[in-house]
Amino acid sequence: MLRILIAKPGLDGHDRGAKFIARSLRDQGYEVIYTGIRQTPEAIAQTAIQEDVDFVGLSLLSGAHKELFPRVVDLLKEAGGEDIIVFGGGIIPEEDIPFLKQRGVASVFGPGTTTKQIVEFLESSRSRD
Amino acid sequence: MDLFEDIRRGRIRAVARAVSLIENVKPEAEPLVDRLYPHTGRSLVVGITGSPRAGKSTLVDRLITLERSRGGKVAVIAVDPSSPFSGGAILGDRLRMQTHATDPNVFIRSMASRGFLGGVSATTGDVIKVLDAAGYGTIFIETIGVGQTEVKIVELSDIVVLVLMPETGDEIQVMKAGVMEIGDIFVINKKDLPGADRLHAELEYALSFSNSAGREKGSEEGPAHPIEMTAAVHDHGVGRLHETLHAYAREITASGKLERKRRFRLERELLGALNRKVHELMDTHIEVSRQLPAWVDSLYRREARPYALINEQIQIFLKGEHA
Repeated sequence: MLRILIAKPGLDGHDRGAKFIARSLRDQGYEVIYTGIRQTPEAIAQTAIQEDVDFVGLSLLSGAHKELFPRVVDLLKEAGGEDIIVFGGGIIPEEDIPFLKQRGVASVFGPGTTTKQIVEFLESSRSRD
Repeated sequence: MDLFEDIRRGRIRAVARAVSLIENVKPEAEPLVDRLYPHTGRSLVVGITGSPRAGKSTLVDRLITLERSRGGKVAVIAVDPSSPFSGGAILGDRLRMQTHATDPNVFIRSMASRGFLGGVSATTGDVIKVLDAAGYGTIFIETIGVGQTEVKIVELSDIVVLVLMPETGDEIQVMKAGVMEIGDIFVINKKDLPGADRLHAELEYALSFSNSAGREKGSEEGPAHPIEMTAAVHDHGVGRLHETLHAYAREITASGKLERKRRFRLERELLGALNRKVHELMDTHIEVSRQLPAWVDSLYRREARPYALINEQIQIFLKGEHA
């Protein structure tokens, strides 16, 4: 059973996208841990470790993704969770994506992404059965 | 890494991994639980149950804070239902406990029920053992909010806290058999809502019956059931509840009731595991799942008789002749 943490770092309170993804993934048969808005990277990393998730999906609309997404990746590594795969979504400018990928974010999904695309990403990158 | 050693050292990553092994019924889980077992029995296991939206998660959040002020390590297992359609789940209880996310002495784990009835999941008992052996002095188990069927929590906890709230028909629930027997301590949360005092009165009335009935039988007289009124979001009354919880724990330790409860817990767990394993054995040896359609067919056509068929299969199983 795949476990996925859907988390919202940063200060924006727009959680419609995150909640939509959480529900879609539940309907696809995944266990989704949802922790609500305004989570610090530290809280997200610790939650991911305690919940032993396979993936962390970060949703951000405030523009702080270049700072916060890589921070979560680094904190996970520090806590021994280097095998946990981080992906992102929200309003992310196209030109920022190479930087995020270089910093360890496996994939970035923009507005209009279908559930199918996310499921394909999860299933092709999952490491355990 | 040696999972056992790391769990005993309280390493969070190891504890989290072990919980997953148990949840996913991996072959490594059984020997690990057996190895940890001699190091268990030290935690106070508190079940938190009650109707949906009664405020269980918020209450647990406040209880964690109070427990931490006493210095102990705290663990929480928060169970949410799996979707019967997709098998997936949204586990959102810890949303209300995230202030503790970065406290290294608090471990919170969300679990999906995965089709198991009774308000918890089938593997919760073994997960408790891991947390116990990892040194968490207090373990809270928050059940699914269902209302009437969280009976399993009684088989897992030292103390069950039943959380009710006004204005939701809980007044009627308290009169029903089954619900009252679950709780050791009763909490009326959201006490600032209208109807809280009436719920309190009805609860007291209902409890006076169950208390006196227990005494007439002369069995399990135990301490009276405390009723606490709280408004967890405003942090009202939770300190008192916390004190009551520990006073209750001391009382049942002294009276021997805790030992009886723990022996009962072992009995239930043992029977549960035995049933499950015998079932698995039968399934591998006489391939119940594969043969079931043929059995149903012959029964439907009245060509076979139910007990003759079952006893014949059991004989095959006992002789070790594989079908």
